Amino acid sequence: MNHFPEAWGRPRDDIYGPYNPSYLQTTGPKAYTQSPAVTGTSVVAVKFNGGVAIAADNLASYGSLSRFTDVKRLRKFGDTAVIGFSGDVSDMQYIDRLLDSIDIRENYSAHGNTLNAKNLHTYLSKVLYKRRSEFNPLWNHILVAGFDDNKKPFLSSADLLGTTFSAPHLATGFGAHLAIPILRRLFPEERPVEEISKDEAVTALRECIKVLWYRDARSLDKYSLAVITAQGIDIQEDQQVEAQSWAFAETIKGYGAQVN
Amino acid sequence: MTTFMGQPHSEAIGYSFTQTASVPIKEHSFYPYTDNGGSTLGITGSDFAILAGDTRSVAGYNINSRYVPKVFKIGGDDETGDGAHILLSVVGFAADGQALKERLDAVVKMYKYQHGKSMSVGACAQRLSTILYQKRFFPYYVHAILAGLDEDGKGALYSYDPVGSYEREQCRAAGSAASLIMPFLDNQVNFKNQYIPGSGEGHALEPKRAEPLPRDTVERLVRDAFTSAVERHIEVGDGLQMMVITSAGIEEIYYPLKKD
Repeated sequence: MNHFPEAWGRPRDDIYGPYNPSYLQTTGPKAYTQSPAVTGTSVVAVKFNGGVAIAADNLASYGSLSRFTDVKRLRKFGDTAVIGFSGDVSDMQYIDRLLDSIDIRENYSAHGNTLNAKNLHTYLSKVLYKRRSEFNPLWNHILVAGFDDNKKPFLSSADLLGTTFSAPHLATGFGAHLAIPILRRLFPEERPVEEISKDEAVTALRECIKVLWYRDARSLDKYSLAVITAQGIDIQEDQQVEAQSWAFAETIKGYGAQVN
Repeated sequence: MTTFMGQPHSEAIGYSFTQTASVPIKEHSFYPYTDNGGSTLGITGSDFAILAGDTRSVAGYNINSRYVPKVFKIGGDDETGDGAHILLSVVGFAADGQALKERLDAVVKMYKYQHGKSMSVGACAQRLSTILYQKRFFPYYVHAILAGLDEDGKGALYSYDPVGSYEREQCRAAGSAASLIMPFLDNQVNFKNQYIPGSGEGHALEPKRAEPLPRDTVERLVRDAFTSAVERHIEVGDGLQMMVITSAGIEEIYYPLKKD
């Protein structure tokens, strides 16, 4: 029996030969996340008269593997805001834990203020910017939906570099290519947000998720949808893409170049 | 014989406590910058200064948003920037630009609280240079332009490189379309390559002397510069935000640009 606990469980050198510690990197720079591992794909969101709607599918991919098929990527903050995460899922869980601790602290505080979506977005963008400045990024692109100080619908984005921007409709990842053109056609810039109804916004997001399901290989037909209004947050996490049309698939043979 | 906590001990069996193998230095694959595109432009007159920038934000070939301001009021009394007497424009990496703007804003505010008077543009210009140079080895990746009125009430304009080199100028264009706008400004503001007709033979012509331009002329030049830049540069467009600083205060003008 060896009396040094540090030696317990270690392979004995006389049997196994000296342990090769080369994979335990002790020299060189400290390694931080240089690429994401388990990732979530697009988040789409749109403002409407009196609120914001936001949607994301329930998939967490590990490269091209559909690894976790029941991951909720829309997170509630109190009853004022919803944050949609794309990118690294472990970093999402870290940020979620961070937000939970803030929520608890705020609820116990005596000042009685509640953090709105705008405050939250400012905070998160600073967290992301700080981490990128330390060369240790939180590998996420997030959308924050809720209300600003004037109780007007608020929708803004922040990414792993700390870049922020806002628009009446936003999408991350693949959605920036596939969903934005759909949303822009449905809700052109000339049309004020006040004219867009809640139902219209929700229907549009469902359509976007469907298109993403058709064309984004790292997507899923199960998704979450949240609607934030002055009445509160309505979040549904077990939605299914309805009325799928795979009829076109019947006609596809081979790899395109093949005719019959 | 092996060692434990650096001390040799007499255990017969060896365990691998020490790590000798060194690993080659790993390269970071995370790049902490991005180019958010757009252009800014500043021109001074005898009793005013204009700072302008387009409002498009891009990431590669994607348009993030059509309204992300690049020109900011510095040292205002509140969030809206009322009471400010200095303007700052930042173009390049938007997250750094935001951080830089917030730092300078805090500095100018603190100056007022500590000294009981507003910071002069000259002092603010030197301070901005110092802030930029402090991050000499991890720079704020932005081209900044600072504008205000000097002690004599004349328009003052200072332009910077990302590491803090700065210079007072009559006019300056920065950002992605700087190379398109700057030669236009050289000709139209500083009258470069303009000669007084009939003032001499051949190359002995007398150059036209540059004089401060009236405000309406400058505003027209700014608009022309941007409408032209929009035609020839894909990262410039959507909207033109102009801030005019005079002894009466700061006036903000928005002028739509082509969104294609």
